[in-house]
Amino acid sequence: MRSNQTKIIFLAVLAIICMLLYGFYDIKGGFDYAFPRRVIKIAAMVVTGIAISYSTVVFQTITHNRILTPSVMGMDSMYEVVQTLIYFFAGSMSIWVVNRYLNFGAAIIAMVLFALILYRFLFRTNKYPIYLLLLIGMILGTLLGSFVTFLQVLIDPVEYLSLQTRLFASFTNVKAELLYIAMGILLIAFIYGFQIMSKLDVMSLGRENAINLGINYDRMVMNILILSSVLIATSTALVGPITFLGLIVANLSYQYLATYKHSTLILGASLISVIALVGGQFLAEHIFELRTTISVIINFVGGIYFIYLLLKESRSAG
Amino acid sequence: MRLWMLIIASVILSFISLFVGAIDIRPSDLLDWGSDETQIFLISRVPRLLAIIMAGAGMSIAGLIMQSLSRNKFVSPTTAGTLDAAKLGIILSMLFFTNATYIQQIIFCFIFTLIGTLVFMQILDRIKFKDAIFVPLIGIMYGNILSAITTFLGYEANILQNISSWLMGSFTLVISGRYELLYVSIPAIILAYLYANKFTVAGMGEDFAKNLGLSYRFVLNLGLTLVAIISTSVVLTVGVIPFLGLIVPNIVSLYLGDNLRKTIPHTMILGIVFLLICDIAGRIIIHPYEIPVNITVAVIGSVIFLTMLFRGRAYAK
Repeated sequence: MRSNQTKIIFLAVLAIICMLLYGFYDIKGGFDYAFPRRVIKIAAMVVTGIAISYSTVVFQTITHNRILTPSVMGMDSMYEVVQTLIYFFAGSMSIWVVNRYLNFGAAIIAMVLFALILYRFLFRTNKYPIYLLLLIGMILGTLLGSFVTFLQVLIDPVEYLSLQTRLFASFTNVKAELLYIAMGILLIAFIYGFQIMSKLDVMSLGRENAINLGINYDRMVMNILILSSVLIATSTALVGPITFLGLIVANLSYQYLATYKHSTLILGASLISVIALVGGQFLAEHIFELRTTISVIINFVGGIYFIYLLLKESRSAG
Repeated sequence: MRLWMLIIASVILSFISLFVGAIDIRPSDLLDWGSDETQIFLISRVPRLLAIIMAGAGMSIAGLIMQSLSRNKFVSPTTAGTLDAAKLGIILSMLFFTNATYIQQIIFCFIFTLIGTLVFMQILDRIKFKDAIFVPLIGIMYGNILSAITTFLGYEANILQNISSWLMGSFTLVISGRYELLYVSIPAIILAYLYANKFTVAGMGEDFAKNLGLSYRFVLNLGLTLVAIISTSVVLTVGVIPFLGLIVPNIVSLYLGDNLRKTIPHTMILGIVFLLICDIAGRIIIHPYEIPVNITVAVIGSVIFLTMLFRGRAYAK
């Protein structure tokens, strides 16, 4: 059995190969024109991948499970609700759409609030078994989703097209200035993250043990919850919702690395999601020449993987 | 609750439904046979009421059949991928069988829905851990996978907005000439009533059913076929109406128990009452415009379902 260090190096090499392939494969019509654009796309994918993996792993640690993720609990639908409401009430030419900073800020605030409500009423009570929470998350998603569909049908078709590019994760319409904010947020999150890595390892032992070992558990949970929703909001606002990415990469990383150290797990999950996103986008764009965004493909693969996970978990539970 | 109370409620609501809408029609207008009001009444209002009645009764019965066959209170066309399979079937026939006749396309959709439901039943068979919560979870995920394929195809062919506007359940576009497909759900409901007891027995498991002398495979397939017929006809004519098949049978079983012969009439009428209330509310809230019925149903339905999940866990087991 190889050590985790070798495995991480292997993943890193694979991620770099994917990035090089995507960056240099079949460049036509002027290197100076195409290359910077591809670099922006790659940067966006790396930022998104890291943000999603990071938030999913810490979220799963504080909720003590490996199936629930922030996205599955309806955070993506919340993002869609905010965007659709903005388009519906203000229109695509309003300052709330044109000014990316405002749009970004509104989405993040709404999603953090949603996550806090979810946690307060569902997770903290510790009353509900995990499958029930999952079902509740999905029904909440349906509730928000049908609300969104209703508004979307009323919207003018031209505005709908503009909304559609926002709601489907697409790395083709990333705005550079938004990318810089996202990188900044990610950097702050990481500086904070370095201090809490070892605390996270302790917290995965469970609430009672962690408190015994001197962790201010409830305050830590609050901080991590905010961190996790800011990260998800960032990535969703940057490239749109990708519901199942976090679930796939976090579980693959648990399985492949077989450790409880959060620094290793988060690093591994981030590398896997970079491989999945950049590699997947490369295949979709250049090999299969599809118009579909990568999120649709990931949701399809992720849904199947999710059923597999549920069936596996249920076998060990029943 | 008594059956006659439900019937009276449905009659009153039907009457209201006939006279609520963008154009003001009074009962006295109908005395003049040639007037515009009478025309609108006959072309739009009456077909709309009939469509609501058939869709409401049909979807509730479809849910009831699925729940007794799987012996799980939370299985329904919404939570077993049936409606998503119907959607996928429609977009496939739109894309690949453009030259086929209308009837051929309907038959294709129906077969596709049936296969989609059968696949879910197969998955259900493999699951050892049949928790009341776990099964619908798998079903919803299965539906999500099917609708990811639908989204993919819609995106590639650039008809995403078409699909999402036209498959959202709404009775706004129901006029005479566009809803008659729904009549096929009437024989399906009658068959469901005749076979009610057998569905209950089949729900007890293959071995048990065979011991009692029941042709298990036949009853199971018949039940799923009825579900597919009802779902396809509803999705094709009015679009997706979520949750109806899930919550109506559950409410009835709360006050009446699980004897199918007894609960089928209640389920049918309560489904009609529920759908009528949702549709009338949708027509009144932003009058003279309309809120599609699947929004009102989904909002009310998901809230009721969430309450069921929070409070009724002991009951579901």
